[in-house]
Amino acid sequence: MDINGERGERRDHGDGEAGGRALAAALAGVRALLLAVVALTGSIVLFLFSVVSIVLVPLGIGIVTTPWVLAAVRGFANWRRLLAVRWSGVRIPPEYRPVPPDANPWERCFRLLGDPAVRRDLLWLPVDMTAGFVTALLPALLILYPFEGFALAAGLWRVFTDGTYVGWWYGFVPIGGQPSALAAGALGAALLVVGVYTAPFLLRVHFLLTRSVLASGQGELAQRVRVLTETRRDAVDTSAAELRRIERDLHDGAQARLVAMGMDLGTIEALIEKDPAKARQLVAQARRSSAEALTELRDLVRGIHPPVLAERGLGDAVRALALRLPIATEVDVDLPGRLGEPVEAAAYFAVSEVLTNAVKHSGAERIWVDVHHTPEHGGMLRIAVTDDGGGGAAIGSGSGLSGVERRLGTFDGVLAVSSPAGGPTMVTMEIPCELS
Amino acid sequence: MRVVLAEDLFLLRDGLVRMLEAFDFEIAAAVESGPELTRALADLEPDIAVVDVRLPPSHTDEGLQCALAARRARPGLPVLVLSQHVEQLYARELLADGNGGVGYLLKDRVFDAEQFIDAVRRVAAGGTAMDPQVIQQLLARRQGDGRPLGRLTPRELEVLELMAQGRSNAAIAGQLVVTERAIAKHTSNIFQKLGLDVSDDDNRRVLAVLAYLDQGR
Repeated sequence: MDINGERGERRDHGDGEAGGRALAAALAGVRALLLAVVALTGSIVLFLFSVVSIVLVPLGIGIVTTPWVLAAVRGFANWRRLLAVRWSGVRIPPEYRPVPPDANPWERCFRLLGDPAVRRDLLWLPVDMTAGFVTALLPALLILYPFEGFALAAGLWRVFTDGTYVGWWYGFVPIGGQPSALAAGALGAALLVVGVYTAPFLLRVHFLLTRSVLASGQGELAQRVRVLTETRRDAVDTSAAELRRIERDLHDGAQARLVAMGMDLGTIEALIEKDPAKARQLVAQARRSSAEALTELRDLVRGIHPPVLAERGLGDAVRALALRLPIATEVDVDLPGRLGEPVEAAAYFAVSEVLTNAVKHSGAERIWVDVHHTPEHGGMLRIAVTDDGGGGAAIGSGSGLSGVERRLGTFDGVLAVSSPAGGPTMVTMEIPCELS
Repeated sequence: MRVVLAEDLFLLRDGLVRMLEAFDFEIAAAVESGPELTRALADLEPDIAVVDVRLPPSHTDEGLQCALAARRARPGLPVLVLSQHVEQLYARELLADGNGGVGYLLKDRVFDAEQFIDAVRRVAAGGTAMDPQVIQQLLARRQGDGRPLGRLTPRELEVLELMAQGRSNAAIAGQLVVTERAIAKHTSNIFQKLGLDVSDDDNRRVLAVLAYLDQGR
């Protein structure tokens, strides 16, 4: 975005600050002038067309023309959305409802008219040609009008008067000769100073006005609700599947072994005097069963919540994970505290899945894991897993990475994969969270 | 031999006390939390500490941290750490000071009373007792990328595994049912193939093997 870039530059070069400001103001003035012209002519023309077209709907002609006109209105509004974000950093999300491509003209027309976003477009046109025009013209005038004052002071006043009568007004200054022309020049300078300082701000006001009409105000919330509904469903599905897995593992594994052990012990009780040798054999078997049951329980626990994660937190858990990999793995951790337990677990299993993927598919010789937390924007955990393998990893297509993405989604985390063919692969994960 | 025991689960603590007493150890103290352990190790000066990794009040790795702190205060204090799970990370922390007299075993190893007591005695004497699971993890890793290990015969690999756990040649010979001379031959072959210094000192031997297995990290 231009504005941000300019700001950054001005901060960097303190000497050029005044120059930069003047330049930004001049740019804002020119843009504002353009906006004022476009807002007035474009909005009036489109508004007239829209009204006429909608009035003609009962006659049938409007049914054909309205979608065309509304498409033009939408194009005009979208262009202004673009300018808003480019020139002033004001985001106005478009929220048009999709119209099926094979809809007949009748359906197309009424669907469009029923779309709240389209109705807001139509409401915006008269606002834009009045208030929008004024808010755009004001910064333009503040930048351009002073130059008339300077021109008058420089001698232009002679065109209007010979010095004996008031031949022209500049603002509230009557021009009647060189002294008053100089006064006009001074007023112009004052106006220019005001303009230089306020033009970018006033331009922003114009776009904020545009946003207040065009954006529903509920769009972001609605979007958020949609995302939350989806991630909640994912989370519920995942945890239900996880519970089923645990139940099955316990039932088929440790539980069955304990039952077998109980039976063995019963047999031993019966055999201990009749056949001590056989009993001793069964004791050994029971002991093996108990050891195996313990191993199984241990694996199960590691799958639910790795002990080292509970004991040491994410950093050391990832280090321990790296120690078990068959590929040399460097782990760099910068976490000045512990994370919340659910986030820790999600991040750990995400890293684990990504590393497993890398070991299985990348053909890499080295892996680097970087885990760090930055406090800005309310805290952000960033994890990057890089390998020097063959690349070509992608989210989706049934890869483990889409599972990771869903897992992180529950915490509003995001996953980005950069893996050009030929490598290297870099998987980046970000989860907003605070340290405790 | 005087033992300080730290274990928060009553059943396990009780069982360990009975087992150690059955093998003629003297229980100087059996405690259930980190702070108590620290105090007991400082006051009672035992010959060995047998410690659970996870202890109250934090229920994280408090036992391990107390043991490491005690070893910093009294270098070479024999410590045998027991855990429900074993992590190479913890094994490396225990071995880091190179003083020996450390052990790190799964709690399951207690099932085999004689082997467990053997490990306690070895650690108390300044030796090492590493859990077979730690060694197997290390071996699996090294076999993935390491050619030198590939040059070992299956028998030599077996000997290497037992050696890395901290067993002496005599003990390895006993377990594999061969003569001690045969084991001595295997070990010198292993050291030669891996490019390690031959040494008679049990503990130095283990550290060399572990350092080899752990290298490239």
